[in-house]
Amino acid sequence: MPPRLVNYYSEYAAPDCRRPFMDPALTRELKSLLGPANVLSQKEDLLLYEFDGSVEKARPEVVVFPHTTEHVSRIVKLAAKYQVPVVGRGAGTGLSGGALARGGGVMIVFARMNRVLELDLENRRAVVQPGVVNLDITRAVEHAGLYFAPDPSSQKSCTVGGNVAENSGGPHTLAYGLTTNHVAALELVLPDGEIVRVGSRHGDAPGYDLCGLFVGSEGTLALVTEITVKLSRKAEAVKTLLAIFDAVGDASRTVVEMTASGITPAACEMLDGWTLRAVEDYIHAGFPRDSAAVLLIEVEGLREAAESQAAAIAEICKANRAREVRTARDDRERDLLWKGRRNAFGALGRLAPSNYVLDGVIPRSKLPEALEQTHAIGKKHGFQIGNIFHAGDGNLHPIVLYDPRDTEQFKRAIATAEEIIRMCVSLGGALTGEHGVGMEKNELMPLLFTDADFDLMRRIHDAFNPDSSLNPGKIFPLSKGCGEIRIRKAGPANRVSS
Amino acid sequence: MSSAISLPVRLGKIVGADRVRAGAADLEEFAIDRQKPSVVLQPRSAEEIAEIVRMAASEKLALLACGCGSKLGIGMPPLRYDLALDMRGLSQIAHYDAGDLTLSVDAGKALGALQLILKEKGQFLPLSVPCHECTTIGGTVASGIDSTRRQQYGTARDFLIGAEFIDGKGQVCKSGGRVVKNVTGYDLHKLLVGSLGTLAVITRLNFRTFPLPETCAGHLASFPNAGSALTYRTSLLKTGLPLANLEVLGPEFSAMAAGIFKATNQEVPDALSSNHWNVYAAYEGNEAVVKRVTRELEKLSAGAEALKNEYLSAAINEELDGLSSQSYGFLISASSSVALFRIVLQEFTAGNVAEILRPAREHSLRAVFVLRACGVAYLALLAETGDALAIEALGRSAPEIFSTVAVMQGTATLLHGPPSLKQGINAWGAKRADFPLMQRVKQAFDPHNIFAPGRFVGGI
Repeated sequence: MPPRLVNYYSEYAAPDCRRPFMDPALTRELKSLLGPANVLSQKEDLLLYEFDGSVEKARPEVVVFPHTTEHVSRIVKLAAKYQVPVVGRGAGTGLSGGALARGGGVMIVFARMNRVLELDLENRRAVVQPGVVNLDITRAVEHAGLYFAPDPSSQKSCTVGGNVAENSGGPHTLAYGLTTNHVAALELVLPDGEIVRVGSRHGDAPGYDLCGLFVGSEGTLALVTEITVKLSRKAEAVKTLLAIFDAVGDASRTVVEMTASGITPAACEMLDGWTLRAVEDYIHAGFPRDSAAVLLIEVEGLREAAESQAAAIAEICKANRAREVRTARDDRERDLLWKGRRNAFGALGRLAPSNYVLDGVIPRSKLPEALEQTHAIGKKHGFQIGNIFHAGDGNLHPIVLYDPRDTEQFKRAIATAEEIIRMCVSLGGALTGEHGVGMEKNELMPLLFTDADFDLMRRIHDAFNPDSSLNPGKIFPLSKGCGEIRIRKAGPANRVSS
Repeated sequence: MSSAISLPVRLGKIVGADRVRAGAADLEEFAIDRQKPSVVLQPRSAEEIAEIVRMAASEKLALLACGCGSKLGIGMPPLRYDLALDMRGLSQIAHYDAGDLTLSVDAGKALGALQLILKEKGQFLPLSVPCHECTTIGGTVASGIDSTRRQQYGTARDFLIGAEFIDGKGQVCKSGGRVVKNVTGYDLHKLLVGSLGTLAVITRLNFRTFPLPETCAGHLASFPNAGSALTYRTSLLKTGLPLANLEVLGPEFSAMAAGIFKATNQEVPDALSSNHWNVYAAYEGNEAVVKRVTRELEKLSAGAEALKNEYLSAAINEELDGLSSQSYGFLISASSSVALFRIVLQEFTAGNVAEILRPAREHSLRAVFVLRACGVAYLALLAETGDALAIEALGRSAPEIFSTVAVMQGTATLLHGPPSLKQGINAWGAKRADFPLMQRVKQAFDPHNIFAPGRFVGGI
């Protein structure tokens, strides 16, 4: 695979994404549509929008902040008129480059479409604009004992629109599913500017499950301008356990046994010793510094269910040589443990200039094997790899710490990541459990998909986004003939300069 | 391509001559609203099906994948119908990792047989659907039929984690995978749920499996009218009690259920024998959970001034749950002229229910109503006879139901009806605003329009 060093695609674009520079007249038209305060086109302003949470980089030519669906439709029509691509963006916390302007052009930032439009507590529905921050839905409804279940670690800043595009998960995905399981209906703007609604607020409407297709399509089929989400009811009882182990293998075998015995906790997270020490130095969450791994396990439901599940889990932990199993005594202790988990990536930021968080997923029965192999791959490439991940659903997040200024080290980090993802696939897993493919893993897609699979996915892509004007260069592989990876002839019709 | 060699002979070259059938009884088995295919094929592999589809695409033959045929009455009859694929020849379990709670199974596997295999490992698929013994897993998913357990476990879309299928170009394709959490590529398998064979031939399905509950129980509460039953139902939903199923049974439905209990020499739950509106709650978990829920339901139903309040043991509950999951089957066979609707409303109030029952009353038809889990209602209109008058009464009622539901901003689907009824109305109701998007999806999957043309929403 070719080295994927930092690229400014609009200026030094890969051949498949190359296109002429944008006509400045578009910026003028956008300013007259939205007002100058809602359009950024100076280089120093655009620099803020060339990153997201991933290791990728690409700069838009203009950034716009619509306030209404009608704005979005008109922006899309203008972009079509000038033949430049459009990419949607929420808070830019994504980890796969999904919200980067790989083809340059117009970036639509939904930050100012951030209103909760309607709360229907009786029927447990909320209608929100895409720029609403994930946790703000819960804040708006928690007085009624309700919450929005998808809980990515970035939930204090990530937006619901971004969650819908990426089909985001989180620790509690284990019991409650990904974003797709909590979306009832969407309002969309298609690449030609048409506004259309799919799904149904209640029950299932006759016809194809279009919501199921659009959620997780990574902004490559349509832009989402309104979301009807399903709200969940808070459980009566929650028990949070911290199981402490002296060997990583014991912790992973505990997860295997727990899964096999049919216990489904609400969440089951693992932090290895190296990671938890970094977290402990930063957060003081109470993770014992001398342990090899901890499991953070949460069960919830009726009191009677939570208690018996917690007891069964503690027993399995002890049978697998847990040194100690602690139970959070109150909300403060529980919040502290979760704070340690949610801020773990921040804690690791103290150890190296940059970190690369992977997102492979494996069958849960293969967990011990996968962790051993991850460690071995890291060792081979000269990296100590941390692991802090959703153990309960086999969603690994190996973390490679590196210095992006060291080109050789960056290349090694990328090679390490690729080898770990290949290992996940070879164990029967997949490329991404919750972060999306984006421009991070699109070249690895042929590990899982055949020419026929790509052909059908491309037909679906082209049915909605025939010119690849929406979020080009994502999901589908662009490269031709890279080593042993089999690549189809071309990705979806990417705009090529004449 | 017109060929001098007959169609069955050419198809025989793909699947073997002994697996091509064209006898009258064979064709009748897969008839849809009296429309019969020209040939029935019994393929044994995805590759064979891909070859059949390629041939169908080049010769513009319309094709439909069938399981045991129990739900072929759903939707409109196909505009063209050349080949029926009897999918039951694909019935292997490709992969079952009980420790990971994941399963990959061929589409033609009978659900009953599959559940037995899962049961050996203490697991199951929460698909309590009609005809659960003979129905195939592919047919269950493609029909989008309701499961009575959806209140707790969701629909197939919520635990289907991947699929393999043949697209309209005759390619073997897949989406998703065999892991429980996965966002790699488009979720094409979600589109297959409820697509009624119009997008692809499903050959294999991957699921997340679930541990069998330790124990289960049920509770029936009787009310004098729909209003008090619906109010009680709403109050139950607000408690957050973990219910596997929650249904409001109209008096006719209760009576029919009581009749079935009696016919099989079983003890009839007392509440069913009365002419009341019953609310049925089923729940599961460990013994302490089941006791607790029972206690809470008894308290709540007493507070709601229920006329009767009846605890159902695990055995009786299993019977009633089984019966309820079979309601599609027993409702459509309750009379020679039945129109069965699935109705989804934003809110089921006493006023709304009275409105949707009104056409039956005005046209002297029996109305059997059940509001199932998650706000999906079934309404069967029964005529006592199968004569022209009965068909006419159904023919007048059906459009009234569609228009009444439309006014309430809900959706109605005619799940089953006499063929002559479907000549006058579209079973799917009016097209919705997103219909052009559905056409694009159909065109992408099936560019030659060979999969069950005309059977689905809006004539897709």
